[in-house]
Amino acid sequence: MFRRHDTLKPAYDVVIIGAGGHGLAAAYYLARDHGIRDVAVLEKGYIGGGNTGRNTTIIRSNYLTPEGVKFYDESVRLWQDLAEDFDLNLFYSTRGHFTLAHTDSAMRTMRWRAEVNKHFGVRSEAVDAGFVQRHVPMMDMSCGGHAPIVGALFHEPGAIARHDAVAWGYGRGADRRGVEIHQETEVTGIRVAGGRVTGVDTSRGPVATTRVLCAVAGYTPRLLDMLDLHTPIYVHPLQAMVSEPVKPWLDPIIVSGSLHVYVSQTARGELVMGASLDPYELHSTRSTLDFAEGLASHMLDLFPFLGEVKVNRQWAGLSDMTPDFAPIMGKTPVEGFFLDAGWGTWGFKATPVCGKTMSHTVATGATHPLIEGFSMERFARYQLTGEKGAASVGH
Amino acid sequence: MKIMVCPLNGPRPVSEFAYGGEVRRMPDPDGCSDAEWSRYVFDRSGSPGKKYEWWCHTASGFWFIALRDTALDEVLGTFPAETVREGMPPS
Repeated sequence: MFRRHDTLKPAYDVVIIGAGGHGLAAAYYLARDHGIRDVAVLEKGYIGGGNTGRNTTIIRSNYLTPEGVKFYDESVRLWQDLAEDFDLNLFYSTRGHFTLAHTDSAMRTMRWRAEVNKHFGVRSEAVDAGFVQRHVPMMDMSCGGHAPIVGALFHEPGAIARHDAVAWGYGRGADRRGVEIHQETEVTGIRVAGGRVTGVDTSRGPVATTRVLCAVAGYTPRLLDMLDLHTPIYVHPLQAMVSEPVKPWLDPIIVSGSLHVYVSQTARGELVMGASLDPYELHSTRSTLDFAEGLASHMLDLFPFLGEVKVNRQWAGLSDMTPDFAPIMGKTPVEGFFLDAGWGTWGFKATPVCGKTMSHTVATGATHPLIEGFSMERFARYQLTGEKGAASVGH
Repeated sequence: MKIMVCPLNGPRPVSEFAYGGEVRRMPDPDGCSDAEWSRYVFDRSGSPGKKYEWWCHTASGFWFIALRDTALDEVLGTFPAETVREGMPPS
């Protein structure tokens, strides 16, 4: 599927650190839309082995802030043509997405989100409990009696997709256009002279370049340490788990912020489940029993009949969190060093639009208008974006 | 990390504790620039390492300091909160 390169060239037009979805998408659009094909993607592990392969594959644009809604809506539009672009089945499946409200105040937030969404042409509606029950007849609407569902935000375009295939599709598309993907190649240093990037040091030798795009999720702070750049990013693990396959019964994607659950059923019948971030900083992808127990108990509140269903796998990814639950994207104080980070628990759905906007920013040197609200300098200006429509966070 | 040693209550299950973030020095609000203040308010040391952190034993409401390796999740020591005022022990 990909070419293998025995050696690194001494120089490239652009070096991208991280062969996850975001890095590979940027490489793909640099080659396809901007004609920049002398690109190396450096990956210390393997393609899509980080958060691209560890998320719960949900795609939606029902966010709360105008910046967020516009950005993710563009991403949802891009998703819908990707399989054709790649000539690769992404198993993109539009399911509809319910964010459950268990209290009047949560319902108020759902109405707010629905109105912001509709204002920007995104299909979201606040719906009542009867509507939810008709679409998900197998759900216990009383949640065991202690958190009755009063309504929901229904987002019709909500979808799931095969996450590995996204990385492979972007990777293969970039590879065929001349981009070099180097796996098992770790960046150990970034060379800067006179405030400009001049190259990177890797575990396989130095490479000269004037433009570096860093798309490494939970490893961002370590990369930024090499440049003495500081950000508000902090890293907590986010765990998820998947059940054994069962026959199809759950069509929509169900999210409950109050119960800390999100769940969807894959094409092969597994229930993919997630909850909230681990409660403290940790740079490890270990799994915990606390997480599995807590998530299972909340799943049983919603779907008591799952009591006999077994958990097949559990895993974790490193989430690069920001204080306003919005990403940090674009240029940095080091000329030629571009950042696509702070994607925390919500980066998968943004993969296409991040690739588009970052490739534009790297190719033209001008920040793409869709990511102006996500600049690194917003903190120094005290202008936070405040995107609490992000995943796995309380509202 | 399943057990943490609270300086007041002794060894307790980690589920009884809440994380309060890394111990950080506040710059003088009257003397520092807006940029320095924003760095204090927002920026964090995001890389793994041995860090002094605020933890609370929630059952007793007791706040204290823990020195923890955030790559390995090993608690290397716990100290009473007064440690912050007296200067940290070397990590």
